[in-house]
Amino acid sequence: MEQQQESVISLQDVSVNGLSPVNLSVNSGECICLSGPSGSGKSLLLRALADLIPHQGEVYFNGQACSSIPPTQWRKQVGLLAAESFWWHEHVGEHFSKRCDDDLQRMGFDKSVYEWSVTRCSTGERQRLALLRLLCLQPKVLLLDEPTASLDEKNVEAVEALIKDFVKKGGAVIWVSHDPNQIKRVADRHYQIINNQLQEKAA
Amino acid sequence: MNVIALTAVDLTIAACLVMILAVLSAWLQLGLGKKIVIAGVRTTVQLLLIGFVLKVLFEQSHLTWISLLAMVMLLVAGREVMARQKRRFGGWWGFGLGTMTMFVSSFSITVFVLLMIIQNDPWYKPQYAIPLLGMMLGNTMTGIALALDRLTDSAWQQRGVIEAQLSLGYDWRSAIRGMARDSVRVGLVPMLNAMAAAGLVSLPGMMTGQILSGTPPLEAVKYQILIMFMITAGTGFATMGAVWIGAKHLFDERQRLRLDRIKS
Repeated sequence: MEQQQESVISLQDVSVNGLSPVNLSVNSGECICLSGPSGSGKSLLLRALADLIPHQGEVYFNGQACSSIPPTQWRKQVGLLAAESFWWHEHVGEHFSKRCDDDLQRMGFDKSVYEWSVTRCSTGERQRLALLRLLCLQPKVLLLDEPTASLDEKNVEAVEALIKDFVKKGGAVIWVSHDPNQIKRVADRHYQIINNQLQEKAA
Repeated sequence: MNVIALTAVDLTIAACLVMILAVLSAWLQLGLGKKIVIAGVRTTVQLLLIGFVLKVLFEQSHLTWISLLAMVMLLVAGREVMARQKRRFGGWWGFGLGTMTMFVSSFSITVFVLLMIIQNDPWYKPQYAIPLLGMMLGNTMTGIALALDRLTDSAWQQRGVIEAQLSLGYDWRSAIRGMARDSVRVGLVPMLNAMAAAGLVSLPGMMTGQILSGTPPLEAVKYQILIMFMITAGTGFATMGAVWIGAKHLFDERQRLRLDRIKS
């Protein structure tokens, strides 16, 4: 239990859909990367950590079990950014619970983006806006499912810098990525899913 | 009773019209000839059977038998609600949700009207109870089937949106609210349209029947208004109840969207 107190998020025998039980802790100010072939369960694992799907095992946030925290509160602290972003109102701004103009500028938008119609945004713009939308809620843990998949080089850099700042401020990140170079740039530790097993890869 | 009784010969003449239609469609190779004949036979047999059942029931006026027939009607309607949904809840929920909400709404409103408005002696007199309940069930069935079909289908189609909202810390109510509202609307609109068009576009079937059997038009109209109000209230309450309970059942105790509870 000592160790759980230090880590922001820790997984105890978490398993979903054929993935062998996962034990893993991520500390404050740490970013770990997950990779593995498609269909190996990376996204499912992230969805389980956000408590969006039934799973075995237990996840702890600051030592508190997920099952003991109301789900809405859990998901605000452990924020999931899905691979595909979804929008349900007409305008971008309606999806934001509060304004976060500083981050907006770092991602290359200005305040007028709130007035934009969602249908006008490109896939890449939507992906970056979905990240901003999530960061506005000030989660303590970020679960990122290939957040730079459809971005150009400049925007990949901007996203990576933004996440690095989040980590520097004490956040914990679990980042699913396919790009070995990106993993080298952002990861403190790197895990791979091989044959349904999560294994740490030596740096 | 100043109704003109129909003889077997009268009905045979009418049946000839359907036979001509069957022959015509066979000649045009519509592939419907056989179906028309079978449907014609089915309607004759089924209606004659229910006619006999009602005849016996009317003579007995026994609450047990009336309840039994009401139950059979309910179960058939419940099965119909289930069959009309493209995606429905698995297991007992598939049948139980529609049937239970239909039961609570239709039966309580019918009993209420029989006791408070019709005030017959005994209140369950089958001549009133069975047709009223039948009309309630028939319309409620349509409303619930449409609404639940819309609810489960839109949850399936928009699962990404629902889960994105949950991920942002929305509770299940907020995440499903828009779809639940649409579903209730879809269930209620046919009845509202029927009320709006009543008398102008179509003469409602029950009213027409009463007029044919010699009821003064104004009396028939009053009954029709009563029925319309009953049906609208019943369909509305049942649809809201079914959608509310169904929406709740789309999520589990951890407020996860559980599409595995739906079968297509």
